[in-house]
Amino acid sequence: MARVLVGVKRVIDYAVKVRVKPDKTGVVTQGVKHSMNPFDEIAVEEAVKMKEKKLATEVIAVSVGPAQSAEVIRTAMAMGADRGVHVDVPQAEYELLQPIHISKILAKLALDEKADLVILGKQAIDDDANQTAQMTAAVLDWPQGTFCNKIEKTDAGLTITREIDGGLETIKTKIPAVLSADLRLNTPRYATLPNIMKAKKKPLKKVTAKDLGVDTTPRIDVISVEDPPVRQAGATVADVDALVAKLKEGGHI
Amino acid sequence: MANIFRRSLVPKQVFPYPDVLSLEQKESTCSLIGPFERFFSEINDAAQSDESGKVDEKILSALWELGAFALQVPPNFGGLGLNNTQYGRLCEIVGANDLGLGITIGAHQSIGFKGILLYGTPEQKEKYLPKVSTEHVYAAFALTEPSSGSDAGSIRSRAVKSDDKKYYVLNGSKIWISNGGIADIMTVFAQTELVDLKTGEKKDKVTAFIVERSFGGVTNGPPEKKMGIKASNTAEVYFEDVKIPIENILGKEGDGFKVAMNILNNGRFGMGATLSGTMKKCIEIATSHANNRVQFGQKLKNYGSIQEKLAQMSILQYATESMAFTISQNMDNGSQDYHLEAAISKIYASESAWYVCDEAIQILGGMGFMVEAGLERVLRDLRIFRIFEGTNDILRLFIALTGIQYAGSHLKELQSAFKNPSANLGLIFKEASKRAASKVGLGGCDLSSHVAPELQPYAKKTEECIDLFGQSVEVLLLRYNKNIVNEQFILNLLANAAIDIYSMVVTQSRSSRALNLNLPTAQHEVYLTKALTIQASERAMKNITTATSRRHQNLTEKFSIIARTVCEKDGVYSTGVIEV
Repeated sequence: MARVLVGVKRVIDYAVKVRVKPDKTGVVTQGVKHSMNPFDEIAVEEAVKMKEKKLATEVIAVSVGPAQSAEVIRTAMAMGADRGVHVDVPQAEYELLQPIHISKILAKLALDEKADLVILGKQAIDDDANQTAQMTAAVLDWPQGTFCNKIEKTDAGLTITREIDGGLETIKTKIPAVLSADLRLNTPRYATLPNIMKAKKKPLKKVTAKDLGVDTTPRIDVISVEDPPVRQAGATVADVDALVAKLKEGGHI
Repeated sequence: MANIFRRSLVPKQVFPYPDVLSLEQKESTCSLIGPFERFFSEINDAAQSDESGKVDEKILSALWELGAFALQVPPNFGGLGLNNTQYGRLCEIVGANDLGLGITIGAHQSIGFKGILLYGTPEQKEKYLPKVSTEHVYAAFALTEPSSGSDAGSIRSRAVKSDDKKYYVLNGSKIWISNGGIADIMTVFAQTELVDLKTGEKKDKVTAFIVERSFGGVTNGPPEKKMGIKASNTAEVYFEDVKIPIENILGKEGDGFKVAMNILNNGRFGMGATLSGTMKKCIEIATSHANNRVQFGQKLKNYGSIQEKLAQMSILQYATESMAFTISQNMDNGSQDYHLEAAISKIYASESAWYVCDEAIQILGGMGFMVEAGLERVLRDLRIFRIFEGTNDILRLFIALTGIQYAGSHLKELQSAFKNPSANLGLIFKEASKRAASKVGLGGCDLSSHVAPELQPYAKKTEECIDLFGQSVEVLLLRYNKNIVNEQFILNLLANAAIDIYSMVVTQSRSSRALNLNLPTAQHEVYLTKALTIQASERAMKNITTATSRRHQNLTEKFSIIARTVCEKDGVYSTGVIEV
């Protein structure tokens, strides 16, 4: 029986066309639809399933970020998480927060909450860092099972099928452990409207990074955020000779 | 709104733009939007349901799980307990995605069991609300009959009290009942015999009942084949010696007509919200086409003809949405006096949505005509909205007569005309007049203190319309006196002017709010309001002037003659040019 800590990040919705701010300091987030990072939904689903199978006793959803981050914790609770912890970080500071900070926060919470398992999405679809689960395992000095395709409870601990380049890898690990969810681990359930309303009554604790003793001083400077280069318009040529000439001119042949 | 018929306006229902939801309610409503939209984008298939004429069981089951069938039922009975404004916000999403499915949901909760919410006894609520909220039991509203459409007071279904007075026996048939083929719980209206306690006189009056299919004797016809909203089930429902326990009377005996009208009035605002969503979607599709399609070397968006269409569509959407949420919030504030506004918004929404969808198709050209564009289904689905839940024609008369009755409440003779059912359009107006008669107060009309400085000249135009409108109503009352109730050509002009006036005040109020809150969209909203006011005030002025003009009488006399001849001749009456 285990207590599971799940990380949920609020990101710009996958269907939104992301726009760069005119001053190039980041992307436009105001008035833009946000939702839970899809890989985190998979992580929540796995934790809730564990609870339904009586493999877990309690599921705690954690999000780090500004006030609005509480929204995704509510969603996680509507999906079945028992309670939430919101680590409040002001927007300006949040923009420079890196996986190293998040993993220290999660590690501290895992110990404080006496978690036996930490399940995270393998990466967030906004910064695509793919570092937090690995770093959290390192900070805790716990075993890690990343890119999970299947998680099974076995006597000694867990048997995990991992998605790796070229196929699947099966490993065994003891718990406590840190896991990261890959796309095919499960199909997350929908939060139904009645459950969303009920989730409002579930406990949601608010703490700051300072409360947890984690230093969130930025370690990076954002120099510039740019749009990907726009594809240049093509041209039509009259015949093969003209094509060859053009290619030569461009230095392609 | 009724006050505009007296040259005034009670601003507090419109200004400042209502804001009834607490921050927490707003947040919780917003948290419902994502999952609700997700249902439509990932599970629902509007095109497939349209084609097969029914909604797949899996989709319906997901919709039940989602909680969409009991949005306004209190949580202790298994619902979400949303107020009208929160419900309206979700209706927008339904409207943007699938009107056919919207009818299935709406017929269930907006009218099907709404009577139990509004008039049910604690026992009736306890017994039925959990069923219709979570137990996959569908509800329907059964009023219309073969010989009784707009004139709902004339229904022939009859319920006779048993000798032991323990139950009623219902006989009759209903047509075009949404969910009629799938509902197990129905709100049914039938004539019952009532004895006047004072005079001992026996009289037929309509009574509302909660009827379960399991009572026996309830059957239905096959699903009707329709032009649109095909996903929804529409069927005839027959009642043959159905034994209804006496405790299943909804409201008081003989109060059925009031129950029916209040259910319909109460649900009408939802149509505005729904269609506001439909228009948003149509505009989105049209905009995407205008932004990408190149003809004659230019993107369509650069052409004036297309700009005019897109602007007009946006204006209509803005006004529809502004009306819907003014009304829903007034209702949530406890106002009982929203029937006129709800009727206006139903007309405005259904006609605007038709126009917007039609123009979206026009912008897409041939592509819009193809099924793949997803607009032709919407156009077919939209057609019914001008017909059902009170046809726009009847609602126009309702608006004009309610207002006039209010304006002329000091005229005794007019009052008696309203009280005599044979001289008017039936019970609808009797109910309306009762409501309006309770209102008091005359006042001037000064919008300047409510409207943002930038919009002052536009508010002035509206004031002028309201002033002239009230004057004209007085002139017409003097000219026609009680006979005004029969002057439908004129009543329609007044109704149209009232609709335009309402569209001006709600948009002025909403865009003033946007400016006050410094919303990023404020300036755009101001442009929408200004453009709307220019159009609506000119149109209203013209309609008001026409209503009192002799020239218009000259025209309508000709209309009457032509129509009479066409009816006599059973159709067109002119000789073909090559006929010999």
